Amino acid sequence: MLQVSDWPSHIAGQHVDVRLTAHDGYSAVRSYSIASAPNAEGRVELTVERLPDGEVSPYLTQELAVGDRVELRGPIGGWFVWRSPQTEPIQLIAGGSGIVPLMAMIRSRASVGSTAPFRLLYSVREPGAAFYRDELQAISSRGDSVKLTYAYTRTTPKDWPRPPGRIDASIIAETTWPSKLIPTCYVCGPTSFVEGTAAMLVSCSNCPDKIRTERFGPIGGRK
Amino acid sequence: MSSPSNDYLDGNAAAGELSKVFAVDITTAAGRCAECGTTKCLAEAHLYMHGPGLVARCPACEHVLLRLVNVREHMFLDVRGMIYLRLDTSRSQQGS
Repeated sequence: MLQVSDWPSHIAGQHVDVRLTAHDGYSAVRSYSIASAPNAEGRVELTVERLPDGEVSPYLTQELAVGDRVELRGPIGGWFVWRSPQTEPIQLIAGGSGIVPLMAMIRSRASVGSTAPFRLLYSVREPGAAFYRDELQAISSRGDSVKLTYAYTRTTPKDWPRPPGRIDASIIAETTWPSKLIPTCYVCGPTSFVEGTAAMLVSCSNCPDKIRTERFGPIGGRK
Repeated sequence: MSSPSNDYLDGNAAAGELSKVFAVDITTAAGRCAECGTTKCLAEAHLYMHGPGLVARCPACEHVLLRLVNVREHMFLDVRGMIYLRLDTSRSQQGS
């Protein structure tokens, strides 16, 4: 959680670039999606997944302490965003830590009292690997809220109706908004996940122009 | 230039770097590919960030749309892969 003075607020889905500079002047920049809903208080929550051989994430997750300062550029990006005046059905599809910008959209929806119909299809390795599990559970159990479906790729909870596996055409067809409702789809995850999922959305008759994607990769990419 | 691979990001990941040059977020602008004529948001381009700079390629034909390279105190920007960029002036870039 960062406190940023003069923060102009952000739009759900935007990211920031974090720059770390070593004593010898060497610096590294990484992009991280903002997880928090837009707010006027300058609070910016980032969710950072630690990559064991990463250059920046081990520092951010293990060494950075309360009171330390970091250099930020942002908020950045006006494309992969959900704005509160949007009222059409929204389909969110996340792979692993790709949930982060989508979480900002879900939180933003709640904070402005939007009733835009949201669905989230969230692919994770195993039940314990889900980010924001309790918060998502609480949000999805409210009546008018976000319909949540998990897709487990390696291990499922006991008595889960679907065997472990990657998101496929049948889970897209069964759990995402029917294309005739013309949902706007936001897909975020690793490149191969996004590639496959976006292609399946198109094969389920979704309009390519309504599918927004955000891929992340190990170099300079979003986490 | 090495051949394109699947190891790319979306053009929106370039928004931070491009904000050093442009006053508005041009990743939300539509660019027309000079090779195949496809018109897409720059945010939808395939973005390669492994080299010394960044390269955005057309998502339809992989033609190079934009290159941005930092060399010491200079920045080189090559946008000849696009015939034009169409910017939406009706909406401010920030705020919801």
